[in-house]
Amino acid sequence: MTIGEANGRALDRLTSAQPVLMDCVPARAALGLDERTVLHSGPPLPWERASPPVQAAVLCAIRYEGWAADDAAGRRLVESGRVSLKPCHHAGAAGPMTGIITASMPVFVVENRPLGNRAHATVNEGLGKVLRFGANDASVIARLGWLAREAGPVLGVALREAGGLDLRALMAQAIRMGDEMHQRNIAASALLARALLPHVARAVPDTGAVARIADFIAGNDQFFLNLAMAAAKAAADPCLEILGSTMVATMARNGTDFGVRVAGLGDRWFTAPVNTPEGLYFPGFTAADANPDMGDSAIVETVGLGAFAMAASPAVVRFVGAGGFRDAVRVTEEMAEITLGEHPHFRMPNLDDRGVPVGIDIRKVVETGVTPLINTGIAGRTPGTGQIGAGMVRAPLACFEQALDAFARLQGVA
Amino acid sequence: MAEIRDLFGLELRVVNVGLESFAAVLDSLGVTVLHVQWVPPAGGDPERARRLALLDDEDGT
Repeated sequence: MTIGEANGRALDRLTSAQPVLMDCVPARAALGLDERTVLHSGPPLPWERASPPVQAAVLCAIRYEGWAADDAAGRRLVESGRVSLKPCHHAGAAGPMTGIITASMPVFVVENRPLGNRAHATVNEGLGKVLRFGANDASVIARLGWLAREAGPVLGVALREAGGLDLRALMAQAIRMGDEMHQRNIAASALLARALLPHVARAVPDTGAVARIADFIAGNDQFFLNLAMAAAKAAADPCLEILGSTMVATMARNGTDFGVRVAGLGDRWFTAPVNTPEGLYFPGFTAADANPDMGDSAIVETVGLGAFAMAASPAVVRFVGAGGFRDAVRVTEEMAEITLGEHPHFRMPNLDDRGVPVGIDIRKVVETGVTPLINTGIAGRTPGTGQIGAGMVRAPLACFEQALDAFARLQGVA
Repeated sequence: MAEIRDLFGLELRVVNVGLESFAAVLDSLGVTVLHVQWVPPAGGDPERARRLALLDDEDGT
């Protein structure tokens, strides 16, 4: 099989995925997560190299699980190896920003219908002071407790009652309504609420619980982000088995490193120091307060959403400080230079219904020097701060150069 | 020779390849200019460019 044929196969597998939202269950059940593991975003990350907000989130999760009473005790657990760290991607999940998942946290279960593989993501906590942005106070733990005690079980019973929700159709519609599904998820979140809440009302007798979950979803424009990530991972993961393909199947960051995995190179990560986003900051914050980029959310760019679909989302362009609509079109066109094709289902009505550019080819990235752009939230570098802005960030070229060199060796042309 | 003299008498229309600032200067002077974005493959790294060329050959494209 030629590289072109392998890439055609990988692109077809990526774009023909049919992610269906099946359930919401504790991570220990869905991921087989043991009681002393903390999942984090991005490629593997030794504790001592983790950035302050990631360390703060890990320690907060340890307190939330009751494994330690305070951060000093939690730190000793991690440093002694009694609590271990592991990438979400190695456990079948994708986590936004710090990406923290522990055993009792509820996770959505998304199944890729044609192949049957599954991917998972936590319930989005909302905006502001949240664990995924490195916040770690009592309000963060209280919200996590409610998610595990009430929201997760309510969502699970409603999804089982629904018999699954077709995410591909919902996402295709959300793009047509102006979401790029990384920094703008308001349409997708509303569409999900419309599809899900009748099932919640039917399946949950406690009207107070129904009202609380309805309020929670209605109050979070980014509620759908985690589902977009799980859907994207469910689509991308099966591509990691396609030998001979130069298509990127994973992009992820952990606040220290940026990592990519390539279809034809299996589970191996190619990493380089991650960049710090450029964008707009909430009042009182500046670029000096920003942590380097983090999160598994770049999996949405991997499937042609986020910055790749910027032209479909004029409303997000100013939010991430990227100019105006013409700049949005330029971003999408630039990403088309490094991709293998257009998505047959995710179409942009304002670009004559063209599909979003999808299937990043490491050869095109290295040849042109054009690196993937990612729309992203910006976390404060000081632990406990939370989100301080939103912007854009470039994947580092070195990841793709390393991957190309490894691919060339594998092909015997090094 | 006459043809070259004629050429200098015509309106200048430029295709600029590579450095965009050259096109910007001409544009600011009112010259018709088409800019072509181009950089040396692999950032000018000859070894990596050779690998890319070999991988392209594998592709049959």
